[in-house]
Amino acid sequence: MAFLEISELEKTYISDAEKVEALKGIDLAVEEGTFLGVMGHSGSGKSTFLSILGGLSHPTAGTVTVDGIDLFALGPEHLADFRREYLGFVFQSFNLVPYLTALENVMLPLSVKRMSIADKRDRANKVLDRVGLAGRASHLPCQLSGGEQERVAIARALVNRPPLILADEPTGSLDASTSEQVMALLQELHACGQTIVMVTHNPENRSWFDRTVVLRDGLVASDETVKARVA
Amino acid sequence: MRLRTIAFNSLRRRKARMAFLVAGLLIGVATVVTLLSLTSALTMEAQHKMESYGANILITPRSDDLSLSYGGITLGGISVDPREIREQDLEKISTIANHRNIATIAPKVLGAVNIGESRVMMMGVDPEKEFHLKRWWSVEGRPLVAEDELVAGSAVARTLGLTQGNTLELNGQTFAVTGILRETGSQDDDLLIASLLTAQRLLDKKGTVSLVEVAALCANCPVEDMVSQISTVLPGARVSAIQQVVKTRMHALEQFRAFSMGVAAVVILIGALVVFVTMMSSVNERTREIGIFRAIGFRRSHVVSLVLMEASSVSLLAGFLGWLSGMGVTRLILPFLAEGAPHLVWSPVLAAGSLMLALIVGTMASFYPALHASRMDPTEALRAL
Repeated sequence: MAFLEISELEKTYISDAEKVEALKGIDLAVEEGTFLGVMGHSGSGKSTFLSILGGLSHPTAGTVTVDGIDLFALGPEHLADFRREYLGFVFQSFNLVPYLTALENVMLPLSVKRMSIADKRDRANKVLDRVGLAGRASHLPCQLSGGEQERVAIARALVNRPPLILADEPTGSLDASTSEQVMALLQELHACGQTIVMVTHNPENRSWFDRTVVLRDGLVASDETVKARVA
Repeated sequence: MRLRTIAFNSLRRRKARMAFLVAGLLIGVATVVTLLSLTSALTMEAQHKMESYGANILITPRSDDLSLSYGGITLGGISVDPREIREQDLEKISTIANHRNIATIAPKVLGAVNIGESRVMMMGVDPEKEFHLKRWWSVEGRPLVAEDELVAGSAVARTLGLTQGNTLELNGQTFAVTGILRETGSQDDDLLIASLLTAQRLLDKKGTVSLVEVAALCANCPVEDMVSQISTVLPGARVSAIQQVVKTRMHALEQFRAFSMGVAAVVILIGALVVFVTMMSSVNERTREIGIFRAIGFRRSHVVSLVLMEASSVSLLAGFLGWLSGMGVTRLILPFLAEGAPHLVWSPVLAAGSLMLALIVGTMASFYPALHASRMDPTEALRAL
């Protein structure tokens, strides 16, 4: 069984006026340690796909299993525990908490865990150091550049040592050189065996992935695995 | 970092909103504290006044005859009961369980004396206790002090043509009239007041008294219990509570207390609404932030705890400031509402009660907003996804 298994995934949004089929039946098996890129135009269903993968929204049909755990067989509180222990989210607009420092933002997922404050602080400091922001620990998000904020967001996603990182357009708000730095950081994590699923519409990011799935109209249009990855 | 770090940081960031929330709850708590401490101070003052207003327990000799007198009008002859209360028995009153509630024991002896051709009712009293008990007595001249002094009721003075400084011959003894009691409109106007010993000697009733008035300190004193306790130690006497005085006193205080509670409840309700609306809008404003918390693995219960933690911190602050303001306001306005120098009690129970009240109102009013926050759809909250 693959680390991440998606089977016959469907999602239909029903509003008063219309019925929108965002995902029409997606089957995918992703091995551990893969850097998977999910690409597609706006409206192709890639954001819906990522939100279901993260257990944030429920599919209309189909199943998602991560490391053998059927996500949607879990109750809401266990699903929250699953997100905390198995997933790290990296959002497009960083989504840092504005009144917490960089260090506190990184410690956020640990705040509901039974650990000593010293251990939490130590772990968060190490992760901040790993993303190159050791000197910015006490800065508020508004005192950091876009690239630095994104790196804090990545550090926050890593602090719980999750088996799977879900990244939603992490370079969407960044300029070309900062994007490059962020992608290099993700690549570095991947090189250490981290499984990453990243949604992007930017074709330039394609070269970083070792597997690229293109979604079109809620279906997998192409699924390409690159053997010789660009390092 | 713990949940409370997030809560405190969030509060620090939203100073204006939290100040509004504190103000809403503070006004409610301050009003309650003001009303309660005012009620308490005024009640104490009223009780103190009432206690010096007169007796509330009457001890008379046990008699099987029914009274034929009402409001000063007597039908037929007065039955003179031979039974009297022995003066030495009065000491037993001080042995009852509630003896600490007794403020004054005022014994008196009654009887008729002949002055020339007139028959006058003489009342022998312990002058100090009697004049203390009957604060409404106003004497033209001065109250009697010595054994050979008298005070005449206004009607007696008029009939006998007495004025202050006159002397009066009784059983061959000369008495000085030290004062004339100003008209009271009661039976006191018809009395010639002497000291207890003098009256006992003149009336030939040595060692006995005709009736005893007892003033009980009434901080919710158990007058009924005291009546039965005195009845037990004085089996030969009839002991009765002057119910009207006690009940009117309690009724007035209860009405004031009920009114205060009503006003306090309304103000607290408004305070709770302010908390509810503020917390609700705060939660809605933080949709994205709550979405982040949920996305990174906060349980619904964590979100509820976070919101309630913020609410309870603010509530405790509001409770403390409300108590302080309430006591301050009471101190400022009490002199205008009460006569004399009422005592403001800084009760630790009221302080703890204020904190508890604020905490309960604040957290209860925030409970629905907290629940609402925890039920937010994280996908909706994070529109980026």
